[in-house]
This record gives sequence, C-alpha cells and structure tokens, in this order.
Amino acid sequence: MITAGVDIGSLTGKALILEDNNIVAWSLIPTNPDSSVTVQRAMDAALEKAHMSLDDLDYVVSTGYGRLVVPFAQRNVTEISCHAKGAHWFFPEVRTILDMGGQDCKAIRCDDTGKVTNFAMNDKCAAGAGRSMEVMADLLQVPLDDLGELSLQIVDAMVPISNTCVVFAKSEALSHLRRGKHRSDILAGVCEALATRVHSLMQRVGIESEFVISGGIAKNIGIVKRLTDKTGLTPRISFEPQVVGALGAALFAQESLRREQQA
Amino acid sequence: MIAHYGYADGSGEYYIIIDTDRCNGCEECVKVCPQGVLEVALDDYDKAVARVKEDVVKSIHFVCWGYHRRCASEESNCHAVCSQDAISHTW
Amino acid sequence: MLTVGVDIGSLTTKAVVLEDSKVIAHELVLTGESSREAAARAVQGATSVAGVDIGDVARFVSTGAGKSETPYEGDQATEVLSAVRGALFYYPSARTVIDMGAESVRVARCGANGRVVDFGTNDKCASGTGTFLDTIAKALELTAEDIGPLSLQAKEDILITATCAVFAESEVVGLIAQGKDKASILNGITRSIASRVYGLANRVGINKDVIFIGGGAENIGLRKSLESLIKQELLVPPDPQLTGAVGAAVIAQEKSKAQ
Repeated sequence: MITAGVDIGSLTGKALILEDNNIVAWSLIPTNPDSSVTVQRAMDAALEKAHMSLDDLDYVVSTGYGRLVVPFAQRNVTEISCHAKGAHWFFPEVRTILDMGGQDCKAIRCDDTGKVTNFAMNDKCAAGAGRSMEVMADLLQVPLDDLGELSLQIVDAMVPISNTCVVFAKSEALSHLRRGKHRSDILAGVCEALATRVHSLMQRVGIESEFVISGGIAKNIGIVKRLTDKTGLTPRISFEPQVVGALGAALFAQESLRREQQA
Repeated sequence: MIAHYGYADGSGEYYIIIDTDRCNGCEECVKVCPQGVLEVALDDYDKAVARVKEDVVKSIHFVCWGYHRRCASEESNCHAVCSQDAISHTW
Repeated sequence: MLTVGVDIGSLTTKAVVLEDSKVIAHELVLTGESSREAAARAVQGATSVAGVDIGDVARFVSTGAGKSETPYEGDQATEVLSAVRGALFYYPSARTVIDMGAESVRVARCGANGRVVDFGTNDKCASGTGTFLDTIAKALELTAEDIGPLSLQAKEDILITATCAVFAESEVVGLIAQGKDKASILNGITRSIASRVYGLANRVGINKDVIFIGGGAENIGLRKSLESLIKQELLVPPDPQLTGAVGAAVIAQEKSKAQ
C-alpha cells in the first residue's frame, strides 16, 4: 500500500510518501503565492526522491491551509487530526502534542491510538506563533536559527516584554535595545513571553506525558527549554518536526484505503 | 473530542468550546445564535457535529456576543438550547 | 472656568484646554516610552497655546491607557466615558460612539444625559485599530493620509483573511507579488477592519446618531465602509483624534461644578 500526505501551510508545503510502514520520501518547500503551484512542486519533489509517479500512489490525503486545493487528493483531513496521527506514529506513547508553525500554534491531546481527544488552535494572533520570533530576529538582526540559543545566554537579566501584540512588542524591544540592553536579554524576555502563551494554550487542553513538539518551533532551543521547565516534561522531537502533518495525512490515507478495500 | 474554537491575543482569551462526543448535531445552537456563528458539519471522524464557522473563528470576539458577557441574560442562547450540555464559552 | 483634558494613548497623547463651552487650545505629542513625560509635554503645549498658566486650570482629568501616570494632580476618567462626553460635546444627539484608537477600539451606547448604557472593547490588540491601517500603509509605502482616499479607487474585491496586523501585512505583501493593485488591497483591508468594528457595534447595539471618533475616524475609506455596514450616516467631529481629551475636559468641568 503506497499512500501520500500533502500538507500545505502558509509558509511551507510538505509532501510525504508512505509505503506500508516506511517513509519512502518527503519534501519541504517554501510556498508559492499560488497554492496549486506549491502543491504540485511539493508532490513532484517527493515523487522524484521516491522514483515514483503520481499513478503509483493508491490514496492521497491533503491537509493544512491549502487542503482544499489539492486536485489529486481523495480526501482532506484537518491538520489537527493529521498532527496527532503523525506524532503518534513516531511516539506511540504521545498524549500531548504542541505544534507551532509560522502562523499558528496547536495544542492537542490524543489517546493511545493517535485519535484527538482535545485541541485548541490559535491561528489568529502573531504573538502566539512563530512569526513573533521572525519579527524579533529581524528587528534585533539575529539569524532566526540562532535566536533560541542566544535567548538562553542571558548577560544581566531577562528583559520582560509587557506587550502581547507583536506590533507594540516590537517597539518595546527596540526601545530596550536603544537603551543598551543586551540582545540576549531582550530575546530572553521575548521567548519567555511566547513560552508562557504557549504553555497557557497547552494548559487549556491539559498536559500529559509523553509530550511531543512538532513544527518549526521544535528547532528553537530557547522555547523548547522554557517549555520543558514550565511543563516539567521533557519533550520528544521527531527527526523532521515539520513533516508530522504530512505523515499523519498519509496515515489517514492508509485508513481510508483499508476501509474502501473492506467495503 | 473537546474542540476549542477561537484565540488568545493581547485583548484576552476567547474560545467557544464544543464537546463533539456529546454533540448530536441537532442544530438548535445554530438556529438560536443571533450572530450566525455556528454550523454543523462532518468532522474528521465522520460525525456531524457543531463547530464555529471557519471564517468567523479569527474574529470571534468581534462577532460572538459572549455567553457570560451577554447571551446568558438573553431569553435563549446556545447553552440553554443544547440538550447535551455540549457547548461552553470562556467569555 | 478653565479645565484640561488629557488623553494618554498608547501611541499619542492629546491635551485639550476647555474654557466654558469652547475648546481654546490643544496639543498632540507622541507618547513614546514615558506616559508621564508625554502628558507633561502635551499639557505644557496646550496651555501655552491657550495663553494660560497651569495654575489657572480649575481641574485636570486624564484618560487613556496611561491615565494613571500623570505629573499633575487630577482625576481619572475611563476611555469609554470620555469618548461619550466628547461625542456629546459636539453632537448632543449622539447615542452611539465608535472610538478607534491606535491600540484599542471601543463602541459605547449612551443616553441623552451622557450615561453609558452599554459598551464593548477590544484592546491591546491592533486588529481593529488604526495601527492595523498604519502597518499596511507602511507595507505599501504610503502615508496614513493617502490610504483612505486611495481605498475608494478599488478595481476589484479582495478578501483579506488575516485579522492580525502582522499576518495581514504578509498577506498584503503576497497580494502585491501577485500583481494586485494597492487601491483594491486597501479596500479589502478597510472592509476587513470595518466588519470587525461593525461586529463589536452590533453587539453593543446601534442607536442614532452614531459618532465616529479617534484617529481611525480620519480615514474616509473606513468611514464609508462602516456606514454601508451600519446603514447609517457616521458623524465625525473636527479633529476626531482629540475627542477623548475633549470629553475628559468636559468631565473635569462637571466635577468642578458639582463641588
């Protein structure tokens, strides 16, 4: 059984090809303003790596923001359910998932089969998503990949950021910078604020071990460390946290196909 | 499944919470809402349940009057008409 | 009687000098990092323009996000009450006030006597505010004054899905990359904010006459968009950004007279 999952986010498009219980290939590409272009490129990239063509796929499920524009998908499933399924494949003991991309943050509780039991998603406000990190990295002229690490290297003391709204937090951070505060100390405040917000979202759904982090934020050690402290749990992070959704979609594809074959 | 629809931002936390295990898709809440916030649709596990309309979620504080803030004191509201106790609000 | 109303907002601080029933001077400064200093500068500026001494002022009333940080002795009034009093000052027939500031938006319903009947607020979030518009203006390399008139020249209907100023900015950048024209984009953005503000107003209830104040009221595109949603004419006082401060000055008068 060969299935594929296509996860179109606002910043990245992912496609993953699953053969029985093996990940054959996956792709991760930046999105194009035209979703259908993103879809095609992501799928083609994965197929190329797998040395397969679209016809080799028995069933395709799409998910993410662009889930309604994948013409070759037989079904679409919400990213919430796909993330739970994908995380569960990597870590069967997972019961709490945190997924944060550039534009949203999801807190998900699931049962021992990877089925969602509780979720809360915040995709309205940049302050609770990866975008806040990008804005601060840009403002303080720090590479995004280094931001997390830097936020842990406090020189004097963490500079608290009182504004939630990124637009106002930006001015606040800038004025601290102008008054001579260290970048690391300001970033510590920024990361602390985001981690607190994220933790709050997680508390809304309840936090139970094992705890998995997926999405771009998993690569931010500054947030991961702070969440570890706040939850008292050590998060598990999958090998490529950004394709968990596409994997989940491919797994849903397997389930749908099995149901069809049984019918 | 407990589904939280809404967001938290600088202004506060605004979530409409629907327990899809309890929800029976009767649509009473859909009909009673003065702002047309809700609809019934199939979820990922093929059950017809109530949810907040996708294009309303991100403006929920501007559109939904808020159960505790306002609708609790109206003649009828989405909590009152739900026979399954499936819906709640954080504001 | 001389009173001074100070509206210490998150972006700008406004001071107004009221002499009996006339606004005789005003001053607007950027709030910056210190509300206290901004209040001092605004009061200094306004009293100086009015040609009066701070000592001549019967009472100060402050409102706005920074109302508790003032360098002078005075009272505080809520933004909602100040907005209502300010609207009534210009329009005794005012019964609904929509106040769009830089960081907050509020709608209040009032009686003829200025009593607040109900109100709704969304604050500390740029999504229904002037900052949303300013952020987009900057992204389009336009000034705040340009965007209102330009939005009226839209060629097509564009739906903006983001309600966050930061996400909307990216959405706009994406639309520009797709070749959409600025006027249509601005129109989409304007309609998006207007729908949020209308939602808030709808919850509070809309009674004639409806007054639009705050920095946001200076945007003609927004006024028209809101008017088409509430299906009523919006009355806008002169210098709508100062109406809150005027209201505070009116409250100062009321308090002094009551004593």
